[in-house]
Amino acid sequence: MHRHTPLHARHRALGARMVPFAGWSMPLHYGSQIREHRAVRAAAGMFDVSHMQIVDLEGVGAQVFLRRLLANDVVRLEPGQALYSCMLNPAGGVLDDLICYLRGPDRYRLVVNAATAERDLAWMHDHLDPGLELHARADLAMLAVQGPEALTGVIGLLPPGDAAALSGLRPFHALETSMGFIARTGYTGEDGCEIILPVEAAPALWDALLQAGVTPCGLGARDSLRLEAGMNLYGNDMDETTTPLESGLAWTLSWKPRTRAFIGRPALERQQAVGVPRRQMGLVLEGKGVLRAHQPLYAAGQQVGEITSGGFAPTLGTSIALARVAADAVPPLEVEIRGRRHGVRAVKPPFVRHGRILV
Amino acid sequence: MSEIPEDLRYAESHEWLREEADGSLTLGITDHAQEQLGDLVFVELPEVGGDYAAGAECAVVESVKAASDVYCPVAGRVVAVNEALEDAPELVNQSPYGQGWILRLAPSDPTALDGLLDAAGYTRVVAAEDT
Repeated sequence: MHRHTPLHARHRALGARMVPFAGWSMPLHYGSQIREHRAVRAAAGMFDVSHMQIVDLEGVGAQVFLRRLLANDVVRLEPGQALYSCMLNPAGGVLDDLICYLRGPDRYRLVVNAATAERDLAWMHDHLDPGLELHARADLAMLAVQGPEALTGVIGLLPPGDAAALSGLRPFHALETSMGFIARTGYTGEDGCEIILPVEAAPALWDALLQAGVTPCGLGARDSLRLEAGMNLYGNDMDETTTPLESGLAWTLSWKPRTRAFIGRPALERQQAVGVPRRQMGLVLEGKGVLRAHQPLYAAGQQVGEITSGGFAPTLGTSIALARVAADAVPPLEVEIRGRRHGVRAVKPPFVRHGRILV
Repeated sequence: MSEIPEDLRYAESHEWLREEADGSLTLGITDHAQEQLGDLVFVELPEVGGDYAAGAECAVVESVKAASDVYCPVAGRVVAVNEALEDAPELVNQSPYGQGWILRLAPSDPTALDGLLDAAGYTRVVAAEDT
């Protein structure tokens, strides 16, 4: 039996195609994934992401704990600021990617992936220092509202004080409001926010956003939007067998100070010393067809890697992918689809940001 | 509920066939199939003149979700393909029984259609899938 989010009945009422995802029953689309994708690029869309696990961490020493647990450094956070980080195993493999918010002195909120939530929590508990409290929140829902008109839509539902605060909220910062915890973050490459609020309040907010003209969007559009934005998907583009250095996530590693002993650091330093064997790149298919995960890539007739995420990019009107290839592979590259080779162009992600094509 | 026209024949693998006045058979995928696949983004068409055995893969439809084979429910030779799908695969979503047709076959056996499902039979196939 799959778990239902507090918005399950709303998805059903809108005729969503429901699919199992990480133990949850989630909407894939509400009729057309491509229409939903375009709504987010052009106006505003909303996603039920209540399957993601919210973990609150409190106690004296929370910062010390997170500076050991996470590969990015929370020391740089000011209250209300967000940080994207990987959580690594001792081999430098990625256990999960997450967002960490500093809410106040020694008060943090982490948002982790649904598929890895149980393992993440076990890992955190295993490494937890005495005096720290870890709360896996089951009483909260989460809605992502994304697109150039997303913030305007949400601001319209807030009382004046909160509305003014959200209007002035900087990217990658969060705010406590009467609606709930609102962060100017997302997974689409557009402006927008993610709202964490009590389970009981989620259906009314969903209804109000629908009333305001925000398009309901499913996991399908979420995936094609994040792919165009060049954002990694855990389990596809990185996992516990790949390091951030091999997954296009070097920018999330905080090396200074050299004395900060985060889990996985020695392994990453060794990998850097001997040379990172594989690297991530973006690909654009030349010609027609669809790039998909696990299709093999060739250079000079030799297999040099494979696609980790691929699909049709509605904004580009062609297929794009993220891939992992040998560091010494020399373009031109070819992909094999159903036994035939097709040319692909190597590019630096993101493919699309704020509605504009960048490749 | 998806549309299942009375005047077509169907395969359990979700293709439809229509007999044309010249004896050729037009083939497409059903409304139910396109609904299951979601938005189509690419259709790989066969070469005109190619021969296919009954049950052979004769085309590929790729949606936002996945690539799916289209099977040739009866043996025959491809005499035409719907080239409009190369630039507008969404025609299969918009009009699965009309502008979204995939190919036309000259059947090896003119009575081959008799072995396929009628609308009532295909309705039962779809209903069984949904339960």
